[in-house]
Amino acid sequence: MAMFTLKVNGKQYKVDASPETPLLWILRDHLGLTGAKYGCGIGQCGACTVHLNGEPMRSCSLSVSVVGKNAITTIEGLSKNGDHPVQEAWNEIDVPQCGYCQAGQIMTAAALLKKNASPTDNDIDTAMNGNLCRCGTYNRIREAIHVAAKKAHK
Amino acid sequence: MKETNTTQFDRRSFIKVSATTSAGLLLNFNLLAKAAYGDKAAVATTFNAFLSIAPDGLVTIMAQNPEVGQGIKTALPMIVAEELDVDWAKVIVEQAPLDTAKYTRQVAGGSQSIPTTWKTLRNAGATARQMLINAAAKRWQVAPEECTTEMGVIKHAATKRSLSYGEVATEAAKLEVPKEVKLKAVKDFKIIGTSQKGVDNKSIFTGKAIYGIDYKVDGMLYCMVARPPAFGQKVKSFDDKKTKAMPGVKQVLQFGDKIAVLATSTWEAKEGRDALKIEWVADAKLENTTEHDAQLLKLLQTAPEKPRRQNGDVAKAFQEAAKVVEATYECPFLPHNAMEPMNFFAHVHDGKVELVGPTQTPEAARKQVGELLSIPVENITVNMTRMGGGFGRRLSTDFAKEAAQISSLAKAPVKVIWTREDDMGGGIYRPACKYTYRAALDAKGNITAFHVRGAGINVGNPVREGNFPAGALENFLADGHNLESKVTTGPWRAPVHNFVAFAEQSFLDEVAIAAGKDPVQMRLDWLDMAKSSPQGPVSYDIERFKGVIKLAAEKGNWGKAPAGVSQGFSAYFSFGSYIAQVAEVVMVNGQPKIQKIICAADCGVVINPSGANNQIVGGLVDGIGHAMYGNLSIKDGMAEQQNFGAYRLIRLAEAPAVEVHFVKNELDPTGLGEPALPPTAGAVGNAIFKATGQRWRKQPFVAPAPLG
Repeated sequence: MAMFTLKVNGKQYKVDASPETPLLWILRDHLGLTGAKYGCGIGQCGACTVHLNGEPMRSCSLSVSVVGKNAITTIEGLSKNGDHPVQEAWNEIDVPQCGYCQAGQIMTAAALLKKNASPTDNDIDTAMNGNLCRCGTYNRIREAIHVAAKKAHK
Repeated sequence: MKETNTTQFDRRSFIKVSATTSAGLLLNFNLLAKAAYGDKAAVATTFNAFLSIAPDGLVTIMAQNPEVGQGIKTALPMIVAEELDVDWAKVIVEQAPLDTAKYTRQVAGGSQSIPTTWKTLRNAGATARQMLINAAAKRWQVAPEECTTEMGVIKHAATKRSLSYGEVATEAAKLEVPKEVKLKAVKDFKIIGTSQKGVDNKSIFTGKAIYGIDYKVDGMLYCMVARPPAFGQKVKSFDDKKTKAMPGVKQVLQFGDKIAVLATSTWEAKEGRDALKIEWVADAKLENTTEHDAQLLKLLQTAPEKPRRQNGDVAKAFQEAAKVVEATYECPFLPHNAMEPMNFFAHVHDGKVELVGPTQTPEAARKQVGELLSIPVENITVNMTRMGGGFGRRLSTDFAKEAAQISSLAKAPVKVIWTREDDMGGGIYRPACKYTYRAALDAKGNITAFHVRGAGINVGNPVREGNFPAGALENFLADGHNLESKVTTGPWRAPVHNFVAFAEQSFLDEVAIAAGKDPVQMRLDWLDMAKSSPQGPVSYDIERFKGVIKLAAEKGNWGKAPAGVSQGFSAYFSFGSYIAQVAEVVMVNGQPKIQKIICAADCGVVINPSGANNQIVGGLVDGIGHAMYGNLSIKDGMAEQQNFGAYRLIRLAEAPAVEVHFVKNELDPTGLGEPALPPTAGAVGNAIFKATGQRWRKQPFVAPAPLG
């Protein structure tokens, strides 16, 4: 066990955990931030996606010991009032079914739009390839990303 | 609709109490409700099991069935709100806990939530509305018939007076419950038939929605379980010395052939579980998919003792046939792979049990936990969280029983969490099945006999003997075999239909081609035969079936595809709904690519078009993904695919465009969680045949990557 200081959603947290503990479980079990979901534990499904210095990262495959001083943003911290353009677009298009994967989808989409303000369908295919949706809401996800891009331009 | 226009409501179902702090609120399942109500929750008036009204007019509607992604938590309350005649924007929805005294069939399964609650929910809303009118009329000393309602307000036009529901709610609930109430005409619906967003959208998008895996109470232990890795294995011995010395590990418990490790966090429980040294043994030879395949093919060659359905003389018709068409279709086991792996919370204490988690069948979970622990069901509560998908896996109760048993042994509140590997390798799969279809044609290409024989592993009855063209054909035979195995199976979205439909719809295409007929016209002609001279029971509505076929053909421009586009057709009836599809395939770099699917659906009145569309598109994407890639094989009793590295699910770039068209009618609604999936692979396979000349009869279509 060891002590780690983490910067999550702009707040400092101290956690006592084994160094190899994945960030995902630190967020969920230690910090009570359960928005990032467990889906596979091997970085294949994207349900656990968070931002590390703004970059989308699979928190299930990132040990707490390597996070260091990097700033972590989870779905809970994406926006103050749940009004990030991606969150708003997701509601406008009424994307979810079960909703379990959507935090990861939203975090990946938000990171995409930060780098690429007007992604093409091909850009979306590439950026979202790592996020599984078992319910099959992919077409709405694509549509919502286009809507979010337009919202962000306004 | 006639019979539903006046209705009776049983007085016993009206509960005249003023407290609405339900278990849902106490458990904080609906943060929105609590935030909106604050302390007012204590004075809101409960009208019946489904709704309560606060003095400020806020309406709380209980969603009785578990939400598994089928959108029922939005759709069911919309039905209540419609007849209550309130502003949907001012409605708060709460998940009801299991309560068999208040609710019937709290199940997410069989696409039955909407059809089984439709009348009850309408009555509940309409009865409360009438009581509110009666209270206002009494206060104004006017006849209730002179009053109208609009958006939560009762009006008396002659005297220009109005009262909000909130203002009369308390006195209304004290009035006699009307025996008969008038329901709205479909044409007067204001909420039903309009697209409404998921009631939990906001909490989902901000990470606040609580799924089973997120549930937590003080003092709870996190638990991972070592289960036999191969079907047919048992524990011989185990060594937990290393585990017990690991950080956070509190207890190691054996129960049956499983060993539970309880710790202070999920990761510690997993690390502790993985450090167990366990010797597993098997009484018999472990099973393999290669052997299953050979056994199933052999069974297809054998006539079962009794047919499932027999009309006419099939054997004679085949002897006299000018041409026989025959084809065999095959599918593998499939894991459900709900994105949220199995998990459940249980706290057994003082002869009582608290169960919380993702279950499609809370009542069955309670009953079976009660039997397991010898605790009466009155002492067991079940609260349903949102579920990260289910697809039938959560109709089983194994995970709830596991959690209850461990909590009972550990004497602590426990949440059991399965890893993806536990989930995918743990069984209760879609049964692996094979089917041989045969059709006899006369010299003119007219069909004279039809025979389907199925064989599946732990499938029970592998055929759906009532399926069209049963009822249309003079000589018809459906029979099948069940092959027993240690590999466990269970319902998987649209059980049996999910593959039977592919086999059947592909075969109808093969028959049409062999007979030189258009596949759409052939179906319509056969349906006319079922109408003019039905052969035995006809389990589908002929006109609705024809209607959906014609709508899909029209919207999909059937037979008029532009150059380079190949079309495939399918039409299927299951779970009360009719679906027909035109799939469009194009060739890209020598490979067939699904470009678009045009889907027509007849599910009666559409409650929430956005949700209904989502279910259909999702069902299509699911159907395509599993037909293309889904494969779970068994080697030495073990699943060869244990996670998403070896098991391929469809991804965003692979989902085609989908267009959905609903048949407009005023018939009672039927479900949509399942019906769109079954016919999809058939339409796709038929289009691929047209594009490539290759008939794909074995799923998955795309050969799995070699396992490394």
